[in-house]
Amino acid sequence: MTQGTAAAVVADPAAAAAISVRELSVRFDTEAGGVTALDRVGFEVPEGGFVTMLGPSGCGKSTLLRAIADLVPIAGGAIEVFGRTPEQARRARDFAFVFQDATLLPWRSAVDNVRLPLEVGRRAGQVKQHAEAEELLALVGLEGREDALPHELSGGMRQRVSIARALVYRPRVLLMDEPFGALDELKRDKLNEELLRIWRETGTTVMFVTHSVPEAAFLGQKCLVLSAQPGRVREYVDIEFASPRVLGMRDTLEFVQVTAHLRGLLEEA
Amino acid sequence: MAAASMEGKGAGRDSTEPRPTRDSRSLRAADVTAAERNAGAARVERRGARWRHRHAPAVFAAIGMLALWQIVVAGFAVPTYIAPSPVQVLQVFVEQGDILWLNFWPTLLEAVAGFALGNSIAVVLAVWFVHNRLAERAFYPIAVFVNTIPIIAVAPILVLMLGNGYAPKIVIAALICFFPTLVNMVRGLKAVSPQMLELMRVLSASDREILWKIRLQSSLPFLFAALKIASTTCVIGAIVGEWIGSNYGLGSLIIEATYNFRAPLLYATVILGAGLAVAFFVTTTLVERRVLKWKPGAVF
Ligand SMILES: Nc1ncnc2c1ncn2[C@@H]1O[C@H](COP(=O)(O)OP(=O)(O)OP(=O)(O)O)[C@@H](O)[C@H]1O
Ligand SMILES: [Mg+2]
Repeated sequence: MTQGTAAAVVADPAAAAAISVRELSVRFDTEAGGVTALDRVGFEVPEGGFVTMLGPSGCGKSTLLRAIADLVPIAGGAIEVFGRTPEQARRARDFAFVFQDATLLPWRSAVDNVRLPLEVGRRAGQVKQHAEAEELLALVGLEGREDALPHELSGGMRQRVSIARALVYRPRVLLMDEPFGALDELKRDKLNEELLRIWRETGTTVMFVTHSVPEAAFLGQKCLVLSAQPGRVREYVDIEFASPRVLGMRDTLEFVQVTAHLRGLLEEA
Repeated sequence: MAAASMEGKGAGRDSTEPRPTRDSRSLRAADVTAAERNAGAARVERRGARWRHRHAPAVFAAIGMLALWQIVVAGFAVPTYIAPSPVQVLQVFVEQGDILWLNFWPTLLEAVAGFALGNSIAVVLAVWFVHNRLAERAFYPIAVFVNTIPIIAVAPILVLMLGNGYAPKIVIAALICFFPTLVNMVRGLKAVSPQMLELMRVLSASDREILWKIRLQSSLPFLFAALKIASTTCVIGAIVGEWIGSNYGLGSLIIEATYNFRAPLLYATVILGAGLAVAFFVTTTLVERRVLKWKPGAVF
C-alpha cells in the first residue's frame, strides 16, 4: 500500500489520462451572494481507471461530477476528457451519469428504460448498441423483471435498472453520484462486486462518489478526498490491493489501514 | 456469460437457433398468459363484488330520496307546474322521448366538439409557452383575462359574431374547457424532475425529443385532472350557448319548458343534461385509467 499525494503517480504510467482537471473552480450565484463550490481542484483519472470520491456533505462532489459532464458551467481552470472539452465529450456521448436516485421514466418498463439512451440524442438510432437491454438487465440481476414498471420494483432494483441504462451505449466514462446510497449493506456489497466486474470487463473509466469509506476503499484504485467550504483536494490517495478484489478482503489489516487513513483525512477535511 | 454479453456481437452470436434463455422465457410467457386468464376471471368477479360493496349505499340513498320525493309531492298535492313527481318525469321520458332525443344530439355534438377544440388549443399553447418564455409572458396574462370574463357575458357576443348555428355553442364550450387545461398542462409540462433533464442533457437529447419522450408523458396526470373538469363544463358551455338564441338543443328545451310551465319536461331535460355530463366524466376517467396505468396508486 502506498499513499501518493501527487496526482501524477499512476499504476500504469503508459496509460493516458481519460479525465484531466486543472485548477478547476466552480461558483454558484445565489440571492445570498456567490458560493464557491470548487476552488482550484486538480487531478487526473487514467484511462480505464476507477476513482472514488469522498468528502463531507456539501463539499462539491456532485458539482465536480456535473462539471465534468458539462452540466454546470465552470468559473476557472480547465477540464479535458480524452483531450476534448466536456461539451465535445458530452456531444460524442462519452458519458453516462448514474444519479443518487434512479431517475427512471415511470411509464416505461425496465427494459424500455434501459433502451432510452438509444432513442435520443444526436446519434439516436445509429448509436452502437453494445449489449442488448435484456442482457444488461440480466447482468445486474434483473432477469425476468424486464417488463416490470418502475413502481413495481424496489429501490435497489430501480437503481440497478439505471446502471444497466448507463451501460447500454457503452460510455467511455461512467460518472456515479452516490448510486448505492439508498441500499442496505448486503445489496450494496453485491452491487459493489458486480460493478467491479463490469468495470474490469468493459474497461470503462469510472468516477464514483460515496459517503462510505469502506466502499471508497474497496472500489477505487484511487480515492479523491475533498475538503469542504470551499471544495479543495485534500489528498489523492492511491489504493493498491491485489486484483481482483473480493469482499473478504475488507477484513484484512491492509484494508483497515487504508480506511483508517481515509477516515483521518475526512475528519480533518 | 457476462463477458460475452458485454463484448457485443461475437461470431456465433447470430445463430438461427433461439438461445436457451429466450426459449425458456417464451415458455414462461405462455404459462403466464394461461394463469393470467384464470386470474383475470377471478379479478372481474372480485371487482364486481367490490363495486357493489362500495356503491350500494349511494344507490339505496338515491332510491330512498326519490321515494320520499314521490310521497311528499303526492301527499301534499303539490301542483305539477311547481314540482312534478318522479313518476311524471319518468313518463316524459317514455311519452315525449322523441323531443328529448331530438334535442339531445345537437347538445352532445356541441359539447364534444367544444371539448376537442378547447383542449387541443390549450395543449398546443401550453407546449408553445413551455418552449418560449416570451410567448408565455405575452399571452398567459391575456388568457387569464379572458378567463375572468363570465361565460354568460361572452355568450351573446359570440352569438352576434358567429350567428345562430352550432358555431357559437361550440366556441362557448371550448372557451369554458380551455383555461383549466392550459394552466394544468403548462404545469404538467414543467413538472419534469431537474435530474431527468440532466440525464437527457448527458444523452445530448434535443428539445423535441425531451418533449415527446418525457414532457408529454409526465404531463398526462395533470392533463387528465383538467380533462375531468372539462368533461362536465363543456356540457354546461353547450347548454348556456343554447339558452341564447337557439331553437334546438337541451338548453333551448330548458328555456321553452320553463316558459310554458312544463315542469316534468324541464326536469327530464335537466336530468338528461346531467346524464350527458356524467357520461363524459366517466368516459374520461376510464380513458385516464387506461392511459395512466403506470401511475402507482393514482385516482383509483
Ligand atoms: N445549483 C446550485 N445553486 C447554488 N448552489 C449550489 C448549486 N448546486 C450546488 N450548490 C452548492 O455547492 C456546494 C456543493 O454542492 P454539491 O451538491 O456538489 O455537494 P456534495 O459534495 O455533492 O454534497 P452531498 O455529499 O451532500 O451530496 C454546496 O454548498 C451547495 O450549496
Ligand atoms: Mg452530492
